[in-house]
Amino acid sequence: MNEMAEQAQDGTVYSEAEDQAHQPPYQFAAYRSSLQRGPSQALIHLPSLYDGFEYGQAVEGQAHLGARFRCRDKERDLIRNGSHGGPPIGERIVVSGRVLDANGAPVVGALVEIWQANASGRYLHKVDQHDAPLDPNFLGAGRCISDRDGGYRFYTIKPGAYPWQNHANAWRPQHIHFSVLGNSLGQRLVTQMYFPGDPLLALDPIFGAVPRAAAARLISSFDLGITEPEFALGYRFDIVLAGTRATPAEEDAES
Amino acid sequence: MSEQEGLLAPTPAQTVGPYFAVGLTPKGTDNPLGIAVGNEIEGQGEAIELSGWVFDGGGAIVEDALIEIAQADGGGRFDDPGFLGFARSDNAILPDKRYFFRTVKPGPVTPGQAPYISVIVHMRGLLRQAHTRIYFSDEMASNIADPVYTQLPDERRDSLIALRSTELGSVRYRFDIHMQGERETLFFNL
Repeated sequence: MNEMAEQAQDGTVYSEAEDQAHQPPYQFAAYRSSLQRGPSQALIHLPSLYDGFEYGQAVEGQAHLGARFRCRDKERDLIRNGSHGGPPIGERIVVSGRVLDANGAPVVGALVEIWQANASGRYLHKVDQHDAPLDPNFLGAGRCISDRDGGYRFYTIKPGAYPWQNHANAWRPQHIHFSVLGNSLGQRLVTQMYFPGDPLLALDPIFGAVPRAAAARLISSFDLGITEPEFALGYRFDIVLAGTRATPAEEDAES
Repeated sequence: MSEQEGLLAPTPAQTVGPYFAVGLTPKGTDNPLGIAVGNEIEGQGEAIELSGWVFDGGGAIVEDALIEIAQADGGGRFDDPGFLGFARSDNAILPDKRYFFRTVKPGPVTPGQAPYISVIVHMRGLLRQAHTRIYFSDEMASNIADPVYTQLPDERRDSLIALRSTELGSVRYRFDIHMQGERETLFFNL
């Protein structure tokens, strides 16, 4: 982060300070693999290379990707979508929230995809060799489309923590991966949702790479209103995508 | 674009991790979910194949990257109800660890500008996605007249050029992505 700030001295337009206040840096020493994979050169701020009107015509500036995808209703139910005759092992949970833009307006028709480990902390992926059982009734993946209020709702199993090789005795906190595609490429977000009170959060360099105040927004909250009686605890996770519903061209026209 | 009163702070990004294929690019017929977004774009225009390797700072081929592309069709239309110009590929799709797309060569979205494909790179070790663009080696006259391309640093903009070849009757573009090093790809933020 400091490196990027230092490189922003030579006149090119780079990432804004507020961006760095909300997002993890590309290179974060405690997360080892970031050191060889995160870009080392400063980013160039693409919209600044356009005058405002033209950026609305750019592929990155156009805002019409929402509502282009379809999902079947059962795809958001991870308790059932991988079942081979029985229920998956683990604690059933409901994960629900709203997808919003920077103005707080709902992002309608966003493609929301999730994937996660099973209750034992094991992914259904050939690279995952953690010595914990796979669950024949759990796929660990689901998707849905945000509704007219920006709302989404998944039924799943609470994922287990699992070890990884980043450092000695390293464990990932319990988390669910989220991929969200809103109306534009500026509203493309890949992130992870965590659970309140997890003691591993303080030790995790992926979570810890995010500035502290911003990182709190990655932790879901227990919500009795989302909790379904006699069935499953509910967790709320609202997602705010960058940008607003209006394209830059529309904003310019209004101002 | 300074921070404005009343705007909600964005949800921070986190790495896509090593296991994204479970949800985003699952393979095999026993996956009842299938995929929401594939690696092919269908539309008007010249059929092309687009592939390449992703390299880390040590020069090693990255085997667990997720590449997403967005583009206009051959007529320069991105916003068209009959055309979905968005696709994704992991780089386990070819045996040699290249990503691979079957798509059409885009036209310029605005007259007088060069055609391009917008690219989003995700991978384990990348705490937030990286954006870049593909311009085309057979469009250099347009590229050097393009108002965006010409503003990019001379010594780095070559990293955005995909090389065209024709093999076995197929038009192919190769676009490698270097995360770091002397040939580091030029990355944008939006």
